[in-house]
Amino acid sequence: MKENWPKIVGFLLLLAAVLAVPHFLQFHHQDLLIFLVINVLVVTSYRLVTLTGEWSLIHAVMMGVGGYTATLLFRGFELGMWFTLPLAGLVAAAIAALLCFPLFRMTQFYFLIGSFAAGEAIRLCWIEFIIPFGGTGGLSGVEPPFVFDIDFLEPIPYYYLTLAIVGLCLLILYRIENSRIGLTLHSVHWKAPLAESVGVDTWRYRALAFIVGSFFVGVAGGLKVHYLGTINPNQFGIGFMVFILIWVIVGGYNRFYGPILGVVVLTLFDESIRQFEEFRPAIYGAVLILSILFLPKGLESIPARLRSWAGGGSDREKGKLTDG
Amino acid sequence: MDNPILEIDSVTKRFGGLTALNEVNFSVKAGEIRGLIGPNGAGKSTMFKNIAGFYTPTSGDIRYQGRSISGLKPHSIAEMGIVRTFQETTLFQELTVFENVLVGCHKHARINLFAAIFGLDRARQTAAAQKVEEVLEFMGLADRRHQLAAELPLGSQRALAIAIALASEPKLMLMDEPFAGMNPEETNHMMDLTRRVQESGITIVLVEHDMKAVMGLCGYLTVLNFGQLLAEGTPEEVRNDKRVIDAYLGGAA
Ligand SMILES: Nc1ncnc2c1ncn2[C@@H]1O[C@H](COP(=O)(O)OP(=O)(O)O)[C@@H](O)[C@H]1O
Ligand SMILES: [Mg+2]
Repeated sequence: MKENWPKIVGFLLLLAAVLAVPHFLQFHHQDLLIFLVINVLVVTSYRLVTLTGEWSLIHAVMMGVGGYTATLLFRGFELGMWFTLPLAGLVAAAIAALLCFPLFRMTQFYFLIGSFAAGEAIRLCWIEFIIPFGGTGGLSGVEPPFVFDIDFLEPIPYYYLTLAIVGLCLLILYRIENSRIGLTLHSVHWKAPLAESVGVDTWRYRALAFIVGSFFVGVAGGLKVHYLGTINPNQFGIGFMVFILIWVIVGGYNRFYGPILGVVVLTLFDESIRQFEEFRPAIYGAVLILSILFLPKGLESIPARLRSWAGGGSDREKGKLTDG
Repeated sequence: MDNPILEIDSVTKRFGGLTALNEVNFSVKAGEIRGLIGPNGAGKSTMFKNIAGFYTPTSGDIRYQGRSISGLKPHSIAEMGIVRTFQETTLFQELTVFENVLVGCHKHARINLFAAIFGLDRARQTAAAQKVEEVLEFMGLADRRHQLAAELPLGSQRALAIAIALASEPKLMLMDEPFAGMNPEETNHMMDLTRRVQESGITIVLVEHDMKAVMGLCGYLTVLNFGQLLAEGTPEEVRNDKRVIDAYLGGAA
């Protein structure tokens, strides 16, 4: 298709930039870049959960479930990352599946609070059961893989590895969202009774989104701990959950790339205000409020807005699912 | 009555102290268009919600093709071939006409996670898209397939609601006031469509206040009043029934 080639060129340019970027950064920033790529997976998997209209507060904890799974498997059974990552995802998915039964009896506000409480209960287990979770101090000694003579402890190789794994996960999430399943998830969000009346088992689809989203954030947790080497319960508290929410809301959650835009832009922004350390919470609060007031559909809506200012308004903008 | 597709067996539905349906009995023959009429608040919509599984009867039983369905979940009942349209036009406003009807194909087009990820099951998705085109053609919506549901005029929104229902390939369709707010021309068009739906082999239960439509379409009427079965009969019989006339004059009709 000839209208497709600008997209292909754009994608290749983006890919080149993403591959080149660590070579222009200092060591400290290379670390941050790796965590940024991992956070891209965190927000994108969260988006899948929110597609049915339910915003959970347990996503950060699910990342921790993946992280602890990887840690315990690595330390206890000397399993390498190739095994710990999928298992991290599977354990997070399994716990999510169990939680579906209590959680999806609730909706909206109650679901929000219920998911928060369930998450805190899991975090409490990590704190209380020093064996095997190591208590508040957590665990350490997790290492990245060592393949042939590539040492993935170095940031650049680990960055490429993370990029490949996250890229694969994003591709899968993208395909799910753009399949019949994605359409059904949207239908559950917008008019659950109508969806039910044509045979959609809404409970099942809400559960599916939650379980699959938890799988991928579990993988993200594994990726993080294999690079950082240590894990503790505080990494996955409500503080991190609030960051996830801010990234998704500021980026916009109506399109696949919105949350990715949010986490990238805010991470860059975060770096640029690093010298105002004590004001950062206030600055974040201001950014969130301003973006809700002036960009309720997030950063992703800026191009469409510019277009409508410039060209008198596009009629197909509102509520559209996919671009193109 | 021979060959009933739907049997309502002394169904009662209470909301707290309010009895919305009181020991209602009737049954619907396969292939007919049955009118379910009565003044506002008579319990018609409540009856539909009980049949479609959105409510569970307080007591009594509902049988579909001889099998009890009361207490089943809406999606299981839809699975068996009963589809309900809503009194307030209910669409996926944010989706296009095509996507709306595509959701309606759920029963025949759903896929599992792996098929979605690996793009298997193309044949089924193509078949679903064809089904959508067929239904859009049938309902006269083909030209509007790329419009958002929210942007359609009222008549087309009603048609779309029925298109979504048809896409699920039902055997029994419960239509809740599909003619409300339509002008005479739209009403005629919708009557035609309703007849063609029946001719395609779908049994219809029609709740409607538009008497021209009801009398023109239905072979047999069931009348509810204050949650009770008031009368049953052909349109001719019902029209001349003293109790029905009183109910309508006394009620809000
Ligand atoms: N969910 C509900 N809770 C309480 N009362 C209800 C509910 N649904 C319907 N009702 C009551 O039941 C009666 C029948 O309503 P409905 O079935 O909508 O009537 P109709 O469709 O015949 O106009 C009304 O009095 C209405 O107020
Ligand atoms: Mg009603």
